[in-house]
Amino acid sequence: MPNLKTRPDGLRESPMKQVLAKADAERATGDVFAAARGRLPGVGLVAQIRARAFDVYKRAGLPHRRMEDWKYTDLRALIGEVLPLAPRPDAEALVRAKVSAKQVAADQAVKLVLVNGIFAPELSDIGRVENGVVVRSLREVLEDSATGAMAGLVLSTTSDSAISLNAAMATDGLVITVNDGNAVKRPIQIVHVATGSSVSTYTRSYLQLGKEAHAAIVESFVPAEGASGYQANDAMIALVGDEASLSYIRVAAAASDAVNISSAIIAVGARAKLDLFSMTCSGSISRYQGFITLTGEGTKLSANGVNLVRDKLHADTTIVVDHAVPHCTSREKFRAVIDDCGRSVFQGRIVVRPAARKTDATLTSRALLLSDQAEADNKPELEILADDVVCSHGATSGALDDTLLFYLRARGLSEKDAQMLLIKAFIGEAIEGITSENLRDFVTVETERWLQARR
Amino acid sequence: MALLEIRDLHVGVENRGIIRGVHLNVNAGELHAIMGPNGSGKSTLSHVIAGKPGYEITGGQVLFRGENLLRMEPNERAAKGVFLAFQYPVDIPGVTTTNFLRAALNAQRKARGQQEFSTPEFLKRVREVAGSLNIPQDMLKRGVNVGFSGGEKKRNEILQMALFEPSLCLLDEIDSGLDIDALRTVASGINALRSPERAMIVITHYRRLLDHIVPDIVHVMSRGRIRKSGGKELALELEACGYAQFEDAA
Repeated sequence: MPNLKTRPDGLRESPMKQVLAKADAERATGDVFAAARGRLPGVGLVAQIRARAFDVYKRAGLPHRRMEDWKYTDLRALIGEVLPLAPRPDAEALVRAKVSAKQVAADQAVKLVLVNGIFAPELSDIGRVENGVVVRSLREVLEDSATGAMAGLVLSTTSDSAISLNAAMATDGLVITVNDGNAVKRPIQIVHVATGSSVSTYTRSYLQLGKEAHAAIVESFVPAEGASGYQANDAMIALVGDEASLSYIRVAAAASDAVNISSAIIAVGARAKLDLFSMTCSGSISRYQGFITLTGEGTKLSANGVNLVRDKLHADTTIVVDHAVPHCTSREKFRAVIDDCGRSVFQGRIVVRPAARKTDATLTSRALLLSDQAEADNKPELEILADDVVCSHGATSGALDDTLLFYLRARGLSEKDAQMLLIKAFIGEAIEGITSENLRDFVTVETERWLQARR
Repeated sequence: MALLEIRDLHVGVENRGIIRGVHLNVNAGELHAIMGPNGSGKSTLSHVIAGKPGYEITGGQVLFRGENLLRMEPNERAAKGVFLAFQYPVDIPGVTTTNFLRAALNAQRKARGQQEFSTPEFLKRVREVAGSLNIPQDMLKRGVNVGFSGGEKKRNEILQMALFEPSLCLLDEIDSGLDIDALRTVASGINALRSPERAMIVITHYRRLLDHIVPDIVHVMSRGRIRKSGGKELALELEACGYAQFEDAA
């Protein structure tokens, strides 16, 4: 297995973190942790790790615009405060969560549901988990003294303060292990349902995909009816073994006044294949940050994403690909469609370490602006420290092409249908990388839902 | 009543007159050729008939079967039977030719109150038409015009024309960028679609195309007006004397 302790190092330290005066609201965050402490699973080593993680968070505070990686998504200004921890879901919340979880269920998938940050076995298909796959809740793992040694790995952090806050506060999540050589037939779907209002949730999951194992993970974020103004902070730590193959599809749709901050830290072994796809289609403030380190030679990564943004919503997708070893290939395709006064941020950094010769990495980011007030911030970056590599990046923003629109209209399509067709084609470029037809359809249905809601 | 009737049409772009008083009557079954030098307004005329945005209509009328065409959206015009074959057909990555054709054909049928084609019905039709134009099946599976050669793009335009069965075909420099073999294929596709119910307007710089598609009436356009109209022999005269004589008359 690749070793996660070689820290995925696309992250940068903030030079300013000590200097800034913290807002009063942020100081109150300390109380949030103190208040929640009794409810957080794990004692001894786990509690120590949490306290340390919280210290890291406290020093930096909420990520803000003076931190380069958070330049366009200033949580300090946008959120201001961290809301109190959500209570355990009651029976009524579970009923509402069940409806939402069903709506986003992927065909054939084995569903694992987290409600307000707590694993809900009664809504999950635990009985359908395949042989060779072990699923436990994070709470179970952290409270089990025999597996306590895993705590460091599961609760690992980086210098990113949102991830540190997550490690400190994580109430639950899923710990999934796929045995070596095991080809998992059905997708495993983690469904996060928010049922609360004006509360925060912290989930953290861990995936260990064994050598030569194959699996598809789908992750969905959805609000239950009536949920509003919540803050969800999720993290996924994944280790992909040598010659393993993982397809990881994520679709986030938070309530239109809610916040979703999700981080993925993924280390990939040798001659492996990782197809990552992340789509954000609603949420007041959404940030997806993926840190992928290629730690074994001959690995192929595809990391695609889509932001669909309307109204005054804000969606940020930040992907850091770290080529730590030679002979790896990475392909990134990002597409944003922005309507009304929406704002989409894409940051894509490719790091090629001195040892990583014969790296082949490309990144393209394109934004489609459907209104005059829409905003796209595109920041592709290459940090190449090795010789003999092929790397490229490109970013464009623009409106729908009038010539294309006229061509379609001259063939009989209404203006709206012509626009729809072009937008679908535009998004399709990022979706077509998903190898499973079933999962491609799953994502396409979500994009159509978004498009149909267009005025 | 003429199928298409253009009365004293004036069109400008950014206050510059491009079409300055065109009169033209086209009857069903006729094939008209409009010839003229660059910038004479002949392509603009076809764009205005098809409804391309960005032009100011400063005067005149365009009637299609007696209806005011200028008031209709481009898609309404298409549904009524107006078809423009583009000089530069666009590439649409991510939309397969088959999906595009089906969406367009069904949109037109829906607008006309006809039943939409089911997928098998549609595929059968498109295969038949493609076969008659020597268009390979794999071209239909590719993105619209993506990676197509100049000849393939123009054949794709003719394929659409054959599939949509319009009453008025506007062919804007369909010959540009074609070698002689591709020109023959495209011309025979066009000739196969000539019928007593259908009118065509062929826009071209060169007589060459008219050796393959023989017009009933030839118009010479220059500086925004039709300067002379005549039979197919007018094209030969033009080749001998050039457009200069019409420039002088302006």
